[in-house]
Amino acid sequence: MRYLIPIKQVPETNAVKMDEATGTMIREGVEAIINPLDLYALELGLRLRERTGGEVVVLTMGPPKAMEALREAVAMGADSAVLLSDKGFAGSDTWATSLALAAAIRKLGAYDLVICGERATDGDTGQVGPGIAAWLDLPLISYVAGVTGLTPRAIQARRLVEEGYEELEMDLPGLITVVKEAADPRLPTLRGKQRAKGLAIPVWGCDDLGLTQAQRGLAASPTRVVKIFRPKITRQVHLVRAPDAAAAAAAAAELAAWLRQRNVLPAPGGRKEAGHGA
Amino acid sequence: MGHDGVWIFGEQQRGRVLPVTWELLTRGRALADKRGTRLTAVVFGHQLDQGDLREAVERGADRVLALEAPPLETYLPEPYAACLMHLIREEKPEILLGAASSTGRALMPYVAIKANTGLTADCTELDIETQTGLLLQTRPAIGGNIMATIKTPVHRPQMATVRPHSTPQAPRVPGRAGEIVVRKAPPELLGSRVRRTGFRPAAEENAISEAPRVVCIGRGIKKGDHVPVARRLADTLDAALGGTRDVVDRGWLEYPAQIGLSGKTVTPRLYIGLGVSGTIQHLAGMQTAETIVAVNTDPDAMIFKVADFGIVGDLFEVVPALTRNLEDR
Ligand SMILES: Cc1cc2nc3c(=O)[nH]c(=O)nc-3n(C[C@H](O)[C@H](O)[C@H](O)COP(=O)(O)OP(=O)(O)OC[C@H]3O[C@@H](n4cnc5c(N)ncnc54)[C@H](O)[C@@H]3O)c2cc1C
Ligand SMILES: Nc1ncnc2c1ncn2[C@@H]1O[C@H](COP(=O)(O)O)[C@@H](O)[C@H]1O
Repeated sequence: MRYLIPIKQVPETNAVKMDEATGTMIREGVEAIINPLDLYALELGLRLRERTGGEVVVLTMGPPKAMEALREAVAMGADSAVLLSDKGFAGSDTWATSLALAAAIRKLGAYDLVICGERATDGDTGQVGPGIAAWLDLPLISYVAGVTGLTPRAIQARRLVEEGYEELEMDLPGLITVVKEAADPRLPTLRGKQRAKGLAIPVWGCDDLGLTQAQRGLAASPTRVVKIFRPKITRQVHLVRAPDAAAAAAAAAELAAWLRQRNVLPAPGGRKEAGHGA
Repeated sequence: MGHDGVWIFGEQQRGRVLPVTWELLTRGRALADKRGTRLTAVVFGHQLDQGDLREAVERGADRVLALEAPPLETYLPEPYAACLMHLIREEKPEILLGAASSTGRALMPYVAIKANTGLTADCTELDIETQTGLLLQTRPAIGGNIMATIKTPVHRPQMATVRPHSTPQAPRVPGRAGEIVVRKAPPELLGSRVRRTGFRPAAEENAISEAPRVVCIGRGIKKGDHVPVARRLADTLDAALGGTRDVVDRGWLEYPAQIGLSGKTVTPRLYIGLGVSGTIQHLAGMQTAETIVAVNTDPDAMIFKVADFGIVGDLFEVVPALTRNLEDR
């Protein structure tokens, strides 16, 4: 079976520093990594391939540097890779990104399953996976926590929702997005690294994908970022010291009163207040 | 031109409308008033509770537009998307809001592509720009480090998902007037290549990402035997109990209860950290909580940097006293 896995290269978020004056992200010197949540998608693809035989193809849209992410995925065990890179892609929102990835998937030929991460840690939208499914008119299962069965015609999966797990069956070809529970990512192997070094990875641009001017990058993107700002600093900590039991009791009483006043406690008599889907 | 009206996509389960719908009505009502237009609540399901549809009107909807059919009983991407597209084509709403829930976060991006329009995920603020009448969609980005305001200048509807618990539920005004339209969903829209074969309810800890209140324990709890101290506080607050990775690694709580980079992200109205140091990996999973409280013996603990209320003290002294205080209300 043939598994296609879109992965994204993102800045290492732990290292993200903000320019306090301008409220923008300092990108210089920040390491780029594979979106951590895409490692679960890749791992699941590798495991399914081990079971069914076939091929795992990773693809990414990004700057030339995103080639590193593809080589790392190959070092982990992917069979082949494609980089979508073109100045024309600049400024793509999730509409334009999912269109470009869908066009690349069409160009890659027959496939059985597309596996996306739950979301990218930088954009953090989780929209690209369902977007690709819509472009390709594929059935979709999002938030897959585990694959319980797979035949050439259908996949069975457990989907994580607010209240528990749905058990679903989907005809193939189809697309799934996976959450962390789906698989525990492996590390790249030495042999994999050697193979990754030598592997020829094609680079496709807008023209290779047959995307018109109106279908690429910023021009094609329905959404516009109009303002970026620092979140209001609402966190002014009120710190109470409680060095002994008596002070602790007083602090606890003060906190209880503060919580009541802040209106974050359950409504009186309204215990078991429903959260979403509770 | 010709696009009019604010819509929210309400959610239901076993025919009962879910509370997140009331939150969407709060958002939708404010926008509809500013635009001087009607607010419509769209709901799909099977045997929807009529009282709940009335309640949607009492909580601010000018109209409830419900489609019913057995295959709509639970969310399935294809029939839900086809039905929503059908209504969008028929009526051309100007704005469409959904919840950033497991349903909304899958349905809305699928529909946005089919409707050839933009979508902004996980908004925490929504407003109407005075001069242009456009929807201003504001969301946290890059782990909550910045906020971005996004517009959809040309395409319609302007679509956004809204983070659950980011706004209160719309209050109920008994007797408020509105229209309720319940229709049978067109059968040709109900085909699905995804079938639901079963459902397994979550263990209690799984509910953590959606809980309005979360009590989180860190290594400061010291022993698995001490967990009940925190659980009692959680029960009193009707909160879910979570933990740091160190707590889960030691087996004091199960993995689904882990909060942070390699666990769950939570955005409750109230987070209380007990003996949690507040490492960057943990903060990644909870710093967007509305109110943050921390109890820690170390005055320099990082968690105090993101907290609204902090107690520098021993959790074993503070927590039982706090529980007692909250119990006798
Ligand atoms: C790749 C990676 C991913 C990770 N993912 C996660 C994740 O998802 N979630 C996560 O939580 N961590 C994660 N971690 C681990 C993280 O780095 C920390 O190890 C962990 O968050 C620390 O947990 P803690 O606060 O419980 O423990 P500690 O850092 O040991 O803090 C314990 C705190 O308890 C306080 N304390 C002690 N006794 C008392 C008392 N009696 N009363 C009050 N306070 C007391 C201490 O002052 C201290 O601040 C990850 C790490 C890596 C490298
Ligand atoms: N530029 C990209 N290249 C390849 N895959 C991507 C890209 N952006 C997003 N994806 C995929 O879509 C998922 C969701 O991303 P997002 O919608 O950006 O949060 C990711 O986990 C990837 O699987």
